[in-house]
Amino acid sequence: MEDFFLRALIGGMGITLATGPIGCFVVWLRVAYFGTALAHTVLLGVALGYLLRIEPVVAVLITCFLFAGCLALLERRAPVSLDTLLGVLAHLSLAGGLVALAFMENVRVDLIGYLFGDILSIGIVDLWLIAGTVAITLAAISWQWQNLLAITIDSDLAAAEGIPVERVRLLLIFLLAAVIAIGMKMVGMLLVVALVIIPAAAARRFSSTPETMGMVAIAIGAVSVGLGLMSSLTWNLPAGPAIVLVASLFFLAGLSAPVRRVFRS
Amino acid sequence: MNIGAHRGPLIRARQVSVRLGQRNVLEEVDLEVHAGEIVTLVGLNGAGKSTLVRTLLGIIQPDVGTVERMPDLRIGYSPQRLRRDPILPITVRRFLTIGARFGEERLAAVLEEVGASTILNHPMAEISGGELHRVLLAKALLRKPNLLVLDEPLAGVDIASQSELYSLISKFRERYGCGILLVSHDLHLVMTGTDRVVCLNRHVCCSGPPRTIARDPAFSMLFGPHVSEWLAVYPHSHDHRHDTMEDPAPPIGREHSR
Repeated sequence: MEDFFLRALIGGMGITLATGPIGCFVVWLRVAYFGTALAHTVLLGVALGYLLRIEPVVAVLITCFLFAGCLALLERRAPVSLDTLLGVLAHLSLAGGLVALAFMENVRVDLIGYLFGDILSIGIVDLWLIAGTVAITLAAISWQWQNLLAITIDSDLAAAEGIPVERVRLLLIFLLAAVIAIGMKMVGMLLVVALVIIPAAAARRFSSTPETMGMVAIAIGAVSVGLGLMSSLTWNLPAGPAIVLVASLFFLAGLSAPVRRVFRS
Repeated sequence: MNIGAHRGPLIRARQVSVRLGQRNVLEEVDLEVHAGEIVTLVGLNGAGKSTLVRTLLGIIQPDVGTVERMPDLRIGYSPQRLRRDPILPITVRRFLTIGARFGEERLAAVLEEVGASTILNHPMAEISGGELHRVLLAKALLRKPNLLVLDEPLAGVDIASQSELYSLISKFRERYGCGILLVSHDLHLVMTGTDRVVCLNRHVCCSGPPRTIARDPAFSMLFGPHVSEWLAVYPHSHDHRHDTMEDPAPPIGREHSR
């Protein structure tokens, strides 16, 4: 097996350790479009990275946060629904990012790479970055698991029970942003949210508790990465889209499977 | 009573005003709940009942005024609605035990008390609206609260279960010595067992014991003379067992008038 292929396999499967559980919260909280909007800020982040001469991944994280902050500010003032506001901000960031990059004359950015990802170019440094992000994400999620579940069920009820709802929500946004920032390398900003939500959505049919759903989402994600990469190698398909297609097949298969009941007598 | 030596209210809102967007939702609201007391918050839709509850719980910060809580106040809260989505696979048992520590016996006892023992292992997304209210009550009770805040705990519950649930709620006060703040539309059930009624219409338009409040001009202004007349006379028909006089025909049928 070629080295680059092995790195892609390890990196891709590694990322699914984080996207699985995070994706579950995204589908439980119905914030898939928020994730998509966050991903649209990636190019703006890349431009910022060049401007400030910092690592693109860090810059992307910063812009994701700025985005979430703007959203929170505007949500109370703008006379439009959250859905519309997200739509406006997402495309504003995408357009802004493209214009900002065009302005930087000395910078030549691999636009296609950012839009669609390039999993086969994952290097050793990327692997370490993935390992770090995954470790932090898993640690934070298991530490705050009960609180995350509580705010997912009902944030008012959680607040009344003394859970610091805003802090837990911020943590989740941070983790989602982190996952998007590292995931974009693999499947690109246009497909990274697919990697977050599709395995989680597919996992529901095979799960009877929140915990198993997180694990099943990881498993479906990892198998999708493996099969996607393999088919990419065999039939010379673009790797990122192949992975997303395999994950979607799991989702479709799940639709025809009977719902797992959670009864125990 | 687990309230011990504490005197004064469990919770007290003083001159609380809340603005949401351009709208004044609450204006200079005073409200207090003492241990062992059932206070019922009534008001029409949009009167700010839920906003007041959320302010008391600390979810919303008042723009003006203060909310004081007794030290070590433990609130058991039952929200009006709970969004239940089949995408989240949790059972009633799991819902009740999230972030909490108590034994299996206590869980069984509380569920028995609210009449929800049979649905312990059902998925949350599949229980009925009435069952959900029982589960929410159980969740609130499991916290061993000294203040129960129940937002429309009878909404969507059929009439027969309503009176059963309501008498259950009244029992909590005796059994646990807790204060109860109840938000309700169901005037006829609530008025009979409540110590104090607070009628909210952005501001507190009147408050007092049910019989007094029903005769309050501000109350009949809000709910209409028909409702207040009926409420003022209603408690008597409930006393008929002890009445030596001929029982007058109930002024308006309880169920049919709704």
